[in-house]
Amino acid sequence: MDTASAPPLAAPLDIAFDYTRSLGPVLGRFMTGLRDRRVLGARTADGRVHVPPLEYDPATHTPITELVPVSPTGTVTSWTWTDRPLDGQPLDRPFGWALIRLDGADTALLHAVDAGARESMRTGMRVRVRWAAERSGDIRDIACFEPDSGPPHSPDGTTSGAPGTNGAPAAGADPATSVDPVIGIVTPIRLSYTHTASAEESRYLHALSEGRLLGQRCPACRKVYVPPRVCPADGVPTEEEVPVRDHGTVTTFCVVNVPFAGQRLEPPYVVAQVLLDGADIPIPHLIIGQAGDVRMGMRVAAVWRDRATWTTTPENIAHFRPTGEPDAPYESYQEHL
Amino acid sequence: MNPAVAVIGFAQAPCRPSAGTTSGVETLVPLFHQALSAAHLDRREVDFWCSGSSDYLAGRAFSFVNAIDAIGAYPPICESHVEMDAAWAFYEAYVKILAGEAETALVYGFGKSSAGLLRRVLALQLDPYVTAPLWPDSVSVAALQARLAIDAGVVTEQAMAEVAARSRADATTNPYAQVSGQPTVDELVATPYLADPLRAHDCAPVSDGAAALVLAAGERARRHREQPAWISGVAHRVDPQGLGERDLTTVPSATAAAEAVALPADLDVAELHAPFTHQELLLRTALGLGDRVRINPSGGALCGNPMFSAGLARIGAAAEQVMTGQARRAAGHATSGPALQQNLICVLEARS
Amino acid sequence: MRRAAVLGTGQTQHQTRRTDVSMAGLCREAIDRALADAGVDWPQIDAVVLGKAPDLFEGVMMPELFLADALGAAGRPLLRVHTAGSVGGATGVVATSLVRAGVHQRVLAVAFEKQSESNAMWALSIQPPFTAPIGAGAGGYFAPHVRAYIRRSNAPEHVGAMVAVKDRRNGALNPNAHLRQPEITLESVQASPMLWDPIRYDETCPSSDGACAIVIGDQAAAEASERPVAWIRATAMRTEPTYFAGKDHVNPRAGAEAAQALWQAAGITDPLAEVDVAEIYVPFSWFEPMWLENLGFAEAGHGWKLTESGETRIGGRLPVNPSGGVLCSNPIGASGMLRFAEAAKQVMGRAGEHQVAGAKTALGHAYGGGSQFFSMWVVSETPDS
Repeated sequence: MDTASAPPLAAPLDIAFDYTRSLGPVLGRFMTGLRDRRVLGARTADGRVHVPPLEYDPATHTPITELVPVSPTGTVTSWTWTDRPLDGQPLDRPFGWALIRLDGADTALLHAVDAGARESMRTGMRVRVRWAAERSGDIRDIACFEPDSGPPHSPDGTTSGAPGTNGAPAAGADPATSVDPVIGIVTPIRLSYTHTASAEESRYLHALSEGRLLGQRCPACRKVYVPPRVCPADGVPTEEEVPVRDHGTVTTFCVVNVPFAGQRLEPPYVVAQVLLDGADIPIPHLIIGQAGDVRMGMRVAAVWRDRATWTTTPENIAHFRPTGEPDAPYESYQEHL
Repeated sequence: MNPAVAVIGFAQAPCRPSAGTTSGVETLVPLFHQALSAAHLDRREVDFWCSGSSDYLAGRAFSFVNAIDAIGAYPPICESHVEMDAAWAFYEAYVKILAGEAETALVYGFGKSSAGLLRRVLALQLDPYVTAPLWPDSVSVAALQARLAIDAGVVTEQAMAEVAARSRADATTNPYAQVSGQPTVDELVATPYLADPLRAHDCAPVSDGAAALVLAAGERARRHREQPAWISGVAHRVDPQGLGERDLTTVPSATAAAEAVALPADLDVAELHAPFTHQELLLRTALGLGDRVRINPSGGALCGNPMFSAGLARIGAAAEQVMTGQARRAAGHATSGPALQQNLICVLEARS
Repeated sequence: MRRAAVLGTGQTQHQTRRTDVSMAGLCREAIDRALADAGVDWPQIDAVVLGKAPDLFEGVMMPELFLADALGAAGRPLLRVHTAGSVGGATGVVATSLVRAGVHQRVLAVAFEKQSESNAMWALSIQPPFTAPIGAGAGGYFAPHVRAYIRRSNAPEHVGAMVAVKDRRNGALNPNAHLRQPEITLESVQASPMLWDPIRYDETCPSSDGACAIVIGDQAAAEASERPVAWIRATAMRTEPTYFAGKDHVNPRAGAEAAQALWQAAGITDPLAEVDVAEIYVPFSWFEPMWLENLGFAEAGHGWKLTESGETRIGGRLPVNPSGGVLCSNPIGASGMLRFAEAAKQVMGRAGEHQVAGAKTALGHAYGGGSQFFSMWVVSETPDS
C-alpha cells in the first residue's frame, strides 16, 4: 500500500462513567421530595420561591434553609420541539422542551413535555408532572410533564383536579425529616467521539501494520522521533523518515503492583521506557521475561504478535523481551531520563 | 501607569465541518507562523502564551497539553490556559501585559467541534443536578431563549432571517467561512423548523477550526506593525446560569461589560459572537449598538463557529478591520455558556 | 510594579468523600472561610478566578458556569484556569496579575476538586485510539523518574520513607488535612505495599475532595487590613512539552527556570538562607528531594541530604510542607492553591499548630502534567526584601 498518500486514520473513542454526586442540604431535600412525589422550592430572603432550588441566596449570598412545597402543575413560559430525541433525553418519541413555572414558584424549571405533537405546544399552556413509576430521588423522578386541563393547584395539592397515579403528592413527612433522606444521585455520562490522528502518525501506524517501526527526524534539532510528530521542542513537523530498529535499551522503568480504575492489564507488570536503536526519544512499553530482573540499561527486543493479526496499532508489538546482550552503559542513555 | 496594548497580528484556520486532528497540533503550527509573521515577530520573542480549549470537545482529560507541542516550547516558555473560549485567554494575556509582566503575547484557541455530537456534549455545561441529567441539547436551549424573545416582541422570525441572509452574503467574501450564499429572507423563512422557532439558518454550523492572535505593548507594537489595533478597553461579566432564573430576553452581563469599557457610540464595526440569529439581535440591544454600526462583516459565527476560538476570532476580525484601515474603531465580542451567559467585549481603535 | 498581598485564605475539611456537600457547598466552605479570614465582605470582591483540573473528574463541562451564582461571581468577571496539576498555583498567579495590573482591588481566587464524583484514575486512563494499552496510572508515570533520580543521586533508599513520615506527622498538626497519622514510623512506611516500584503505598498522595480560596488585594486593601497580610513578592510560571528528545524528567528545565525567575524577581540570592518555609507540591515522597534541587535549595544530586539530615522538618533550616502537603491532602485542582495558601498562612502567623516559628518569607509551589507546568510564588511578612 502507498502509505504516504493514505488519509489520516480515525477511530471511535467512547467514554462512559456513572458519576456519583453528593447533594448537600438543599438539593438533598429537593431530591428526597421528588422521590416522595413532592416538588419543593427554595425561598430566598426577598420571599421569592425558586424551582429548581438555589443553594445560596443571590442577593445576600447566605445559604438557603427554607424549602416550601409547590404544586405539581404549572404554566409553560417557553418551549421548543424535538423531532428526534437524543440519547439520554426524557422521552424517546418526539416531545417538547419547556420552561415551566410551577404554581407557587417564581422561577421556571426546564423539562420535557409529552404533548404528542408540536401543534399542542404553546406558551401559557398548563402542564402537570408525570411521576416516574420508580423513583430514586433525582430529577428524572419527574418522567416528564403532560398537558393539564384542570384548574391551578395550590402548593399542598389539595385541589388536585385529576386523581390517579399521577395525582396529588404523597402525604407524609417533610423531606427534611424523612427517615431515608436522599444524599446523592448517580448520573451516567456516555459520550461518543471520533478520534483523528495526524498524517505523520497515520504513516507510522500503517508501517506498524507491515511490521516496521518508523521514525522521523526533526529538521531543526535533527532528533529522531518515534512515533513521528510535530517536534515539541521546535514546533515544526518532523520530515525525513528514518527506519528504527525494534531493539532498544531500557532507560528506566516501574513495576506496577497496584490495580486501578481504567487499567487494562493485570498487575504485576513492568512498564519501561525503551530507547529504540536509532531513536532519540524512548517509548513506554511492557517488559516480559526474567521477571524481577528488569534493569536500567537492559537490552530488549520487541515481541510481535502473530503477523495475521497486525493492523494499524502499536498493539502489534505485544511487549519487549530481554535479549541477553550486555547492558548498555549508563552514559549511553543518561540524556534520556 | 499601564502600557498601551495593541493587537499586531491575527490568523485563523478555515472553518470546516471536519478538519484536522483531535489534538489540534497540526492546525496550530502553520497558524502560529502566519500570526507571528503578520506581527513581524519571532516565536522566541513571545513573552507569554495563552490558550483556550475544552477537554470535553476532545473527549479526553488534559487535551490542551498536547497542543503545546505546536509551540516548540523548549527552552521553556511562560504559558497559561483557560478552559474557556480563547477570548478569555486574550483577556488574561492583556492583563499580563498591563501588569508589566510581559511585553508580547500570543493567544490561541482551538477545538475539533465535530469530534463528538456537539449539541449533546454542550448539555454538560448545564446544572449537573437538575438539568444536565435530562440532556437538553444546546440548540433546544437556544430555541427556548428565541421563543421568549419572540413572545416578548423583542425579535421576529423575519428579523432573525434577515440576520442570517446578511451574514451569509457577507461571508461570500470571507475565505475562512464555512457557510455563505445569497439567500432571500423569504426563502429562509419558508424552510422547516429545526428546533421551533429556530430554523437551520438561525443556528451556527458545527465547525472545526482555530485562531491565533498576537498582542504587544506600546513601543513594541508600533515597531512591529504599521497600524496596530490599539485596545481601548476589555471587560467581561457572567450572569447566573439558571435558564428559568434570569430574563433570557436581556443580556445583563453584556450590558455591564459594555458599560465597563464605555462602549463608544461611533463604532464603525462590531464583530459579535452570536451562534444563533436571535442572539445577535439581543446583543445589539444589550450593547446599545445603533443602526450605523456595521455588524459582522466577516459573516460572524453564523457562518463558521469553531468552538473555543470563535470568540477570539471575532476580536481578531475586528482588529483586522482596524489594522487594514477599514475601520477607525471596532468592537469584538465573545460569548460562552448557554443562552449568552457569559460575555466579553473589547474595543479596538486606530491611533495616529 | 504595583504591590499585591494575600488578605486571607480558607480551605475545606479535606477527605476522600465529602458526601455532605454539593460542589457549590464545597467551594463555599473554603470561600466563606477565606472572606472571614480576610475580613472582606462580598461587595468588596471585584472578580472571581476559578481553577480546576480536568472537567472529566466531575463530569461537568466548565462547572464555573453553573456555579457562577453560588461563587458570588454573577455580575462580575469570572475566569476559569486549567493548567493541569499546577492549576491551583496558576489560579493564584492569574489573580495576582489582575491586581498588579490595577484592574481590580480585590480578587477572589478559588480552586476545587470533587474527586469522589468520579475516579481520577479512570479519567486519566482513557485510552485514545492508536495507542498501546500499557497505562501504569499516575504513580506509574512518575515512578520511572524517581528511579532515575535515585540512580543519578545515589540517594539512600530510606529518604523517600523519611519524607512520608515527616509529612504525615505534619499533617497530624493540621486540622484540615485528609490524612493525619501521628503514629507513622519509618518502619511502617517501609513495610507498606510496593505499589509502583520504587514507590510504596505510604509514599503516595491520597485522593481527596476539597477546595481552597484566597483573597488577594492591592496595596490599599492590604494596608486597610486589620490583620497581618502576606505580601506577594514575586510569581513565576514556566511550561515545557510533556515529551521531547532530551527532556530531563528528574530536573525539568521549566521548573528550574521558573525558580530562577522567581528568586530574581523577589530579590533572593540564597534561597536556602532567605526562605523560612516552603510548601512544595510533593505527590510522591521522592519529589521532595527532587524539587529541592530543581528549586535551587540544593545542588543537583544533593537535595536528599537536606531531607535525610532533618533540615526539612519543622524546626529545621527549611521546613518543607509543615501542613502535611499533598501527601496528606490531594484535591487535585486545589492542591496547588493549598500550597500557595499555606505559604501565606505561615508568614501571616496563622498556621496554628503547624506554624513555623518566626516565618517571614515562604515559597508556594505547584507543578502539573508530565513535570512540565510550574507555578510558584514567594510571600513575605513585609512588601520588600
